[in-house]
Amino acid sequence: MIQKISSSVTEALRDITDGSTILISGFGGAGLPIYLLDALVEQGAKELTLVSNNAGNQGVGIAKLINAGRVKKMVCSFPRQPESGAFDDLYRAGKIELELVPQGTLAERIRAGGAGIGGFYTPTGFGTELAVGKDTRVIDGVNHIFEKAIKADYALIKADKGDRWGNLVYHGTGRNFGPIMATAARCTIAQVNEIVELGKLDPEIIVTPGIFVKRVVLVGGKS
Amino acid sequence: MIDLSQVKKRSTADIAKRIVQDIPDGAHVNLGIGQPMTISNYLPSDREIILHSENGLLGMGPLAQGDEIDEELVNAGKQPVTMLPGASLCHHADSFVMIRGGHIDICVLGAFQVSVKGDIANWRTGDPKAIPAVGGAMDLALGAKKLFVMMEPLTKSGESKFVNECTYPLTALAAVDCVYTDLATIAVTPEGLVAVDWVEGLSFEDLQESSGIELRQY
Repeated sequence: MIQKISSSVTEALRDITDGSTILISGFGGAGLPIYLLDALVEQGAKELTLVSNNAGNQGVGIAKLINAGRVKKMVCSFPRQPESGAFDDLYRAGKIELELVPQGTLAERIRAGGAGIGGFYTPTGFGTELAVGKDTRVIDGVNHIFEKAIKADYALIKADKGDRWGNLVYHGTGRNFGPIMATAARCTIAQVNEIVELGKLDPEIIVTPGIFVKRVVLVGGKS
Repeated sequence: MIDLSQVKKRSTADIAKRIVQDIPDGAHVNLGIGQPMTISNYLPSDREIILHSENGLLGMGPLAQGDEIDEELVNAGKQPVTMLPGASLCHHADSFVMIRGGHIDICVLGAFQVSVKGDIANWRTGDPKAIPAVGGAMDLALGAKKLFVMMEPLTKSGESKFVNECTYPLTALAAVDCVYTDLATIAVTPEGLVAVDWVEGLSFEDLQESSGIELRQY
């Protein structure tokens, strides 16, 4: 029998080791797996490379991990946010690495990682400082730069509902990076607001098929 | 410097309304964070214009009020929004397929500088203390079929934001189609910048001189 439901967030994060690369869903607060991030602070893994659209703010979520000194490197498109002081201070002090990636390139690098593609050429960023050191190629008369796929050890994502096979549906724009991050990690862990019986999610509307998900953990809401 | 004190400049609302004139019925439009977002307040009811938000929403409605507020349904500026009938949600890769794949008809962005060749610099000033953040700007600038820029024509210190070569870090090369300022509408063409229209009380010569670069009349 397949049973991907974890009994707790602590159990779900049990084997994350120092030095891991972790994908974290979310666009600002929407879709951010806040319970998993809090549990990761407790869990203690350090020297982490985090891949997420933002770098956390207001001292919660990713900012909490950064404040706790757990993050070696951020790969993101937009670290600057209201009250993003945790990242800002370490960045200015040279104590945290930043790999800045255009948002669409970030999404596509993750998608490529999940699809078994090594990388791709894109016009986005050509001729800018974010293209420095990257291979270039003219395709059909248009300048492109090469971007490598992103793969990770873990993905921590937020979904609305899940079942014991790991099938997921999302809510609103909280979907954002979740479905692609789920495909690009060796172990994807989803926090959900509700766990439903197998067969209750309409196959026509399942967004993330269970094959991409290793663990599902209920947070907050009802079971 | 030209004395522009007698010139009745366009307000932000006027600029937004001017841009709306150039958005046709049925267009899929992405509005950048900041001033461009205010354009959504002036969309005419007799045209169906579909707003795209980079975080995976097509058919975005007005900002959410009161009971409508759902923190998991936000725009690119992370403000709670509503969805219009017919709206659809998608994940980030699909949302940027819409942008990078040339499916968005018009994108409106702010800018620090626009060059005579349509190069745009809008994501950082190069201040070493500032935290660099690019977001979707580079994808939008190149991916949308048309790129409109909504900006003040001068910096706070009075320098023109129209330049022969951008001195701020570039967002994209040869991407801008048209610039809308409080003084004028200026199109980027293969032959250089062309003044399409400008405010009453301003002569073409004064517009040219305040812009600091070569302009042609439409």
